[in-house]
Amino acid sequence: MAQLFPRGSNAFARISIVVVLVVVGTGLTILLNTNRLHYTTDVQVARKQPVPFSHKHHVTGVGLDCRYCHTSVEESSFANIPPVETCMTCHSQIWTESPLLEPIRESYRTGNPIEWVRIHDLPDFVYFNHSIHVHKGIGCQTCHGQVDQMPLMWKVNTLNMEWCLECHREPEKFVRPREEVFNMAWTPMDERGHAVSQALLGAQLVQDYDINPSTDCSTCHR
Amino acid sequence: MGSPAPIKDPTMPAPVLGPGQTYTTVTQRLSAIITSRTPLGWIAALLIAGGILQLLMLSATWLLIKGTGIWGLNIPVGWGWAIINFVWWIGIGHAGTLISAILLLMRQQWRNSINRFAEAMTIFAVMCAGMFPLLHTGRPWVAAYWLLPYPNTMSVWPQFRSPLIWDVFAVGTYFTVSLIFWYLGLIPDFATLRDKAKHKISQIIYGVLSMGWRGSAKHWFNYEMAALLLAGVSTPLVLSVHSIVSLDFSVGLIPGWHATIFPPYFVAGAVYAGFAMVLTLGLPIRYFYGLHDYITDRHLNNMGKVMLATGLIVAYGYLMEQFFAWYSASPYEGYMMQNRTFGPYSGTYWSLILCNVAIPQLLWIKRVRLSPIWLFIISMFINVGMWLERFIIVVTSLHRDFMPSSWDMYHSTPWDWGLYAGTIGFFLFMMILFIRVMPVINIFEIRQLVANKNRGEHAETASADD
Ligand code: HEC
Ligand code: HEC
Ligand code: HEC
Ligand code: HEC
Ligand code: HEC
Repeated sequence: MAQLFPRGSNAFARISIVVVLVVVGTGLTILLNTNRLHYTTDVQVARKQPVPFSHKHHVTGVGLDCRYCHTSVEESSFANIPPVETCMTCHSQIWTESPLLEPIRESYRTGNPIEWVRIHDLPDFVYFNHSIHVHKGIGCQTCHGQVDQMPLMWKVNTLNMEWCLECHREPEKFVRPREEVFNMAWTPMDERGHAVSQALLGAQLVQDYDINPSTDCSTCHR
Repeated sequence: MGSPAPIKDPTMPAPVLGPGQTYTTVTQRLSAIITSRTPLGWIAALLIAGGILQLLMLSATWLLIKGTGIWGLNIPVGWGWAIINFVWWIGIGHAGTLISAILLLMRQQWRNSINRFAEAMTIFAVMCAGMFPLLHTGRPWVAAYWLLPYPNTMSVWPQFRSPLIWDVFAVGTYFTVSLIFWYLGLIPDFATLRDKAKHKISQIIYGVLSMGWRGSAKHWFNYEMAALLLAGVSTPLVLSVHSIVSLDFSVGLIPGWHATIFPPYFVAGAVYAGFAMVLTLGLPIRYFYGLHDYITDRHLNNMGKVMLATGLIVAYGYLMEQFFAWYSASPYEGYMMQNRTFGPYSGTYWSLILCNVAIPQLLWIKRVRLSPIWLFIISMFINVGMWLERFIIVVTSLHRDFMPSSWDMYHSTPWDWGLYAGTIGFFLFMMILFIRVMPVINIFEIRQLVANKNRGEHAETASADD
């Protein structure tokens, strides 16, 4: 009987073992990391908004405080997205002809709110609260990045659960004095303005503010 | 071989092989099941099983669309058919592993003609079992991160102290080892089929599957070694898998779920159910393909005995459950047992006793053990009985637990039935396909039996081989 398989089949069979291992290994690595890739988390992806509102202009340029617009960030779970009335405090006076602002003016006339595209959106089964974080000295910048440099809003963190836990387990790596929460360019320093290590300062603040974040499931999944 | 029928020595067990078998007849006969033309009966059986399989597709699809609300699950019975069916199927798999591993280590020759399809049964039964934990999540595609420990973006791990995660490992290992063991045993037979196959394509397929097996002494040496090692690995699995399944219940802290006898009683029940299923499938296959020379009276007799023995252990388990309920002096255990025996589910309980304890006592009679019809009927009763057993354990304990205000009955829905029947369809479908494309009976091990026999009776038949 003629040979069923050519001589090379043996080598082929041996190589296939390696190939399978490599393919499975690569596949698993990709699979395990899909939730961390920015394709799925949208980190660093700026979204088109109905009005190209620039935090860079308004915070760095005009010098507005976050709380001017995000009014409830200190008292409530929700930071608040400002209504058009807030914009119109200025834009009824300046840039009144700007075509980019037409949706604002129209919304102001008709009363239909602007539909901003949400950038940070936790699943509905997660409970998040801004006020506690702000009060325990977690800066906006720690979670939202350098908002004052963003011409359009994007995420700098994945908002994955591991990200929340990373800080809930070791808050001393992230806390800052309460007064600095809204400071976008803060670096660890003592009262006199000398640079100190975050480890030292953090440990002190954790004590001062009595910080003890919970990692119980029911903290975030109520 | 026109010699007169040998006088039967009453002290010798019936032979494991019919008379007049040679290497050639064995190979011809067993590979013909695959290489011959497709019998019409096979096609009909496949179509029927395929039809039942559609129920699985339908019920699973609807489940994924609507969620587990379509089942009868509700408070207080939060564990319903999914776990019942899971335990039932996993149990059925056990006969395969027992036959292929423990009986191999104990050098029981009669295992040779039934191990192949018992192992296939194990694999398909575990597949059926596996569907239930996945489907009962309602979202099987995310079940991976509920079941498997891996560094996920939630930085949570499964609870390693819970038997539910042990179960994932136990069943996963069980499936993997069974699959490898089964495949290993198939390699020499695939080689036989490669040489027998007439069509080029089937030659290539069997050729690839046989992984270059040429039957050299070195190949056989490696084979024997690997088989022995795998048998060693599988042996503890026979005991561990169902023990862990029983521990799933023990963490539940529900009356009736933590009698200390649970692990051995579950394992015995598993082997019991497994042998019943081997007979349920084996007898029709034997009849249909006329394999009486390979699955002989000896096999029927032995399987009957195994069922009788494990059945008695199971009966002892039932007795002990009653005893513990009384001996614990716990009012909850006591009430549970009274409710189980005389409450609204007493009908089910007594049918279970009938199926699993009363009827199998017929197996004491040798004539029954040798009669395919009787064995088939009894094994059917056991199949049903083992399902009822799990039903009783799950439902009677839950439906009246500590809080009388939440007591309720369990009402199964057509979707419960559909999914369960569907997995039976899947199981049969896979078995029927298997019969047609892989040797149901281990060809080379039967040839080995012939060789052993020849060595024993060298004067008589040694020259009959080619
Ligand atoms: C002039 C008003 C205004 C000020 C001041 C302002 N914001 Fe905003 N902010 C908005 C508006 C309008 C949006 C919604 C449009 C968008 O996402 O770009 C927004 C969106 C955001 C979002 C994203 C919300 C989402 O969709 O997930 C973050 C985070 C945010 N602001 C942080 C800040 C921080 C931090 C500061 C202070 C440094 C600040 N904002 C100051 C008006 C303001
Ligand atoms: C404190 C006053 C003030 C408020 C409140 C304010 N803006 Fe402005 N806005 C300005 C100034 C000043 C500029 C011009 C900045 C520049 O070009 O440097 C500007 C520029 C803009 C532009 C760019 C216009 C163009 O044609 O280039 C847009 C869009 C805009 N603002 C949107 C908004 C929105 C939306 C809000 C409300 C959430 C808002 N602004 C609230 C002061 C304000
Ligand atoms: C601990 C991390 C954290 C800090 C600190 C934080 N945020 Fe947020 N922020 C989030 C998360 C997470 C969301 C998404 C919430 C959701 O989807 O429910 C969010 C959402 C927002 C939104 C969208 C509206 C909302 O509440 O959903 C705004 C605006 C916002 N943050 C502004 C701020 C400002 C201003 C500060 C500083 C005072 C701040 N955040 C501090 C994590 C943080
Ligand atoms: C950078 C640090 C940090 C990050 C990131 C962070 N947290 Fe927190 N969180 C804290 C601190 C500090 C506290 C206050 C703990 C205390 O009460 O002492 C807190 C408290 C909370 C509380 C309130 C607990 C209570 O007792 O009510 C919730 C809810 C919460 N965090 C949810 C989240 C969620 C959800 C995320 C992720 C989306 C998140 N946190 C990310 C630091 C963080
Ligand atoms: C600090 C807040 C926090 C705590 C504490 C927390 N989670 Fe989460 N969890 C989250 C966030 C945020 C998400 C959403 C992540 C995402 O969108 O990928 C999440 C998602 C999940 C998911 C994924 C759900 C799904 O189907 O996508 C599971 C499961 C989960 N958490 C389980 C737990 C368990 C179990 C615990 C307790 C051991 C726990 N979580 C504690 C914040 C938390």
